[in-house]
Amino acid sequence: MFYFIVKRTIISFFIMLAATTLMYFLTISSGDPFEDLGETSGPEKAATIAARTAAMNLDQPPLMRYYLWLQDVGHCIVPGGVSCTLGQDRTGAAVLPQLENAIGSTLRLVVVATVIALVVGVIVGIVTAIRQYTTFDYSITFLSFVLFSLPLFWLSTLLKQYLAIDLNTWLANPRFSYAAILVIGVIAGGIWALVVGGDRRRRAIVFGIAAFATAFSLWLLLVTGWFVTPGLGPVGMLVSAASVAFLWTALLAGFRRRKILYAALAAAAVSYAAYLISIPLLTDPTWLTVLLMIGVAVVAAYVVGSVVGGQYRQQAGRISAVVAVSMALLMFLDRLLQAYPTLSAKAGGRPIPTTGSQSANLSGTFWEINLDYALHLVLPTIALTLISFATYTRYTRASQLDVMNQDYIRTARAKGLSERTVLVKHAFRNAMIPITTLMAFDFAGVLGGAVITESVFGWNGMGKMFIDGINNVDPGPVMAFFLVVGTAAVLFNMLADIAYAFLDPRITLS
Amino acid sequence: MTKHPEQSGDSRAQVELSETTLLSQDTDISTGTRTRAQTDRIQSSRIQPTEAKSQGKLVRERFLRHKGALAGMGLLLLIILLSFSSIGFAGLPGWWNKDYDVLAARFNEGRPTLTLWPFSLGEHPFGQDVLGRDYFALTMRGIQTSLIIAFIVGLVAMVIGTTVGAVAGYFRGWTEAFLMRITDVVITIPTVVIAAVVAGIVAKQGIVPFAIFLGLVTWTGLARLVRGEFLSLREKEFVESAKSVGASSARIIFRHILPNTVGVIIVSTTLAISGAILLETALSYLGLGVVAPDTSLGKAINDNRSALTVRPWLFLWPGAFIVAIALAVNFIGDGLRDAFDPKQTRIKQ
Repeated sequence: MFYFIVKRTIISFFIMLAATTLMYFLTISSGDPFEDLGETSGPEKAATIAARTAAMNLDQPPLMRYYLWLQDVGHCIVPGGVSCTLGQDRTGAAVLPQLENAIGSTLRLVVVATVIALVVGVIVGIVTAIRQYTTFDYSITFLSFVLFSLPLFWLSTLLKQYLAIDLNTWLANPRFSYAAILVIGVIAGGIWALVVGGDRRRRAIVFGIAAFATAFSLWLLLVTGWFVTPGLGPVGMLVSAASVAFLWTALLAGFRRRKILYAALAAAAVSYAAYLISIPLLTDPTWLTVLLMIGVAVVAAYVVGSVVGGQYRQQAGRISAVVAVSMALLMFLDRLLQAYPTLSAKAGGRPIPTTGSQSANLSGTFWEINLDYALHLVLPTIALTLISFATYTRYTRASQLDVMNQDYIRTARAKGLSERTVLVKHAFRNAMIPITTLMAFDFAGVLGGAVITESVFGWNGMGKMFIDGINNVDPGPVMAFFLVVGTAAVLFNMLADIAYAFLDPRITLS
Repeated sequence: MTKHPEQSGDSRAQVELSETTLLSQDTDISTGTRTRAQTDRIQSSRIQPTEAKSQGKLVRERFLRHKGALAGMGLLLLIILLSFSSIGFAGLPGWWNKDYDVLAARFNEGRPTLTLWPFSLGEHPFGQDVLGRDYFALTMRGIQTSLIIAFIVGLVAMVIGTTVGAVAGYFRGWTEAFLMRITDVVITIPTVVIAAVVAGIVAKQGIVPFAIFLGLVTWTGLARLVRGEFLSLREKEFVESAKSVGASSARIIFRHILPNTVGVIIVSTTLAISGAILLETALSYLGLGVVAPDTSLGKAINDNRSALTVRPWLFLWPGAFIVAIALAVNFIGDGLRDAFDPKQTRIKQ
C-alpha cells in the first residue's frame, strides 16, 4: 500500500511535469501577447510592452521562461522563507492571490454539483436496475440519453433565460390554481406508481396515495405561506426527526430487531433536543461553532444509540450516528431557509440570481451569506447536475444489474435473506465499487467543464481566469488553473485506485 | 479481476471497458422466452437445420432490431440530407434560394415564418439574425460544419487511438510504458482545457486543421480500451498458432487481433463523434472554435448571445439541432454496442 502510493506519487509527479510542459508551450505559442495593443500607438504602448516583457519574461527564450515558471511553482512546494506566488500575470501581479480568490467559488460549484448528481444518480440508477424493462426504466434511459446529448452552455442559457425568470416571478407571489395543484398531484402519483411498480391494483393504490399526498402537502405549503417564509420549524423538525429515524432503520437494519429502531428513535430525540438548545446559540455562528455542534450531537447520538441498542450495540450506534448527521443537515437547511425572507428582501424580491457567484457587498449573518451562496448555486448546479446525473444513472444501473446477476446474490436469496438485506448489503455495496472510478473521472471533468459554466453564468472563478489567460496569451493564470485541475485529476485517479483495492479484496496494490 | 504486479493498468482498462458499456441496454439471457420461442418454432414447423450466420450478419441483425438505433440512424440521415441538399455544398447549388452570408432587410422583425399546419416554409423559416441574414441557411451551414468537424475528429481519434492502443497492447514492455505514459499525460489535461488552448492556434487555419487537432486530443479513451482488448487477445490460442506458423507482428495485429476489436473501436468512435459535436459547439460558444467567415452551430449561438431575450429563435434552432445530432449519434452508438456484444442474445419482442 505504502509502496504503491509512493510509486504512484512519483509517476504522477512526472506526468504532471510533462503535462505542464505541454500546456505551457501550447499556451505561449497560442498567439501574440501584444495583440490587443495593435491599434494603439505612442509612448503608452511602448511602456505597456516594456512592462509586459518584464512581467512575463518575454526577453527570455521560451525554455527559460518555462524554467522560471517551474521555479516559481517550486517556491510553493519547498517550505520556508521563499515567497510563493505561482508566477505573475501580464500586469506583474502575483497569480496566487488571484487563484485563492477564484478557487472558492469554483470548488463550491463543482463539489455541490458532483455530490447532488452522485446521490440522485445512484438512487435513480439502482431503482431503474431493480425495475429493469419497465416503463420507468425506459423513460429514465431515454431521459439520460437526452441529458447526455445536451450541450452544457445551451442548457445553462435555457435555465437562465426561462427557469430563473419564471421562478423569480412565481416566488414573488407564490400561488397555484386548484387545477395546477391537481395536475402536479397526478404527475407525482404517476411517477410514484411507475417507481413502485407491482400489479395493477397496487399501482392504483400507490398512485392514489401519492397523488393525494403531493397535492395536499402542496396546498398546505401554499396556504401556510411556506414559500414566502420557508423553513421547517419545531414541528417540521419533529416530524422529520421521526421520519429520518424510521427511514434509516428501514434501509439499513429492518424492523425485526426492535432495539435498533429504539436506538434510532433515541438518537433522533437527542438530535431534536440539540436542535432546540441550538436555536439561541446559532443566531450568527461561525463554521467552527456549527461543526462543533454537529460533532457533539453525533457523538451524543452514537453513545445514546449504543446504550439503547443493547446486544446490537455496534449497528445501533452506527445508525444513530447516521440519523444524527441527517438531522444536522436538516437543521442546517432549516436555518438557511429561515434567513430567506430577509435575504429575498435585500435582493429586491428576485431571490434566484442569474449571474455571479455571490451578491456584491452583502453584509448579513452567517446564514444570510451562506444562503446567498446557495441561491447563486441553484442554476449552475441544476445544469451541471443534470448532465452528470445521466452518467451516474447509467453507470449505476449497469453496475447494479451486473451484480444482481452474480451467483452470490442468488445464494443470498436462496438462504432466505430479506430482499432489503440482499439489495442493500449484498448488491448495493458491490455495485458501488466501479462508481468510485467514475467519480474520480467525473470530478476532474466537471472541474474542467467549469470553464463553460462560469462563462455562461458570469462567475469570477477559475474558469474565467483560464479563459482570460488564454485570450491574453498569458501563461501565468492558465498554468495556475491547470495546476489545480491537473493535480485534482491525478490525485483523484490515485484515490480511486486505492479505494478500489480497499473495496474489492480481489485487487491488490503493489 | 486479479492484478498481476507487472500489469498495473490492467484491471483499470477492464474497468473502463465495463464502464463503456454503461449506456447499453443491459441484457440478461432470458432463457424463458428463448426456450418458448424455440419450442414454438419446433411445434409450428418441422425441425430445420439452423442457417449459418456470419459475424457481420449477426451484428447487422441485432442492430436492425434496436429501435432506438434505427430511429437515430433515420434522424441523422435526415439531418445530413436536409443540411447538404438545402444550401448545397462545395459549389453545388441546393434547393434553398438564400445564402447564409447575404445581408438583407429584416422581414417582420426577423421572426421565423415556418408554420407547421398548414406546412409552409415562408420567406425565412427560421427567421433572420440581427444583421438580417437568413437563419435557415445559416443553421444549415452550421450543421454542415459541425458534422464535418465531428466526423474528422472521430476518424482521427479512431486512427490514433487504435494505433497507440494496438501497439502498446501487443508489444508490451517499454513501448507500452512509453505510449501509456503519453496517454496519461494527455488524459490529465481535461479535454475542454487542452482543446481551448490548442483551438486558439489552429482555428484560424480553417475547420479541417481545427478538426484534426481536436482529434489529436480526444483519442486517449479509445487507446486505453483497445490496449485492454489487445492485452487479453494476445494471450489467446489463435495468436499463438499464428505466431507458430511464422506470421509477422503486423500480420498478427492487423489480420488476427484487430478484427476482433472492431466492435469496441466502432462503438467508441461513435461516442467520440457525439462528444466531438458537443466539444466543438462548446468551444465555438466560448469564442475559441470556428472563426468567421465559417460558421458552426456553436458559433451561431455565440454570435446571437446578446439577442437572446428578444429573439429566442436564434438560440433555439441551432441548439435543437445540436441536441438532435448528438442524440441520434448516441442512440446509434448504443445500438452498435448491443449489436457487437456477443452476450446479446435476448430476443426483443
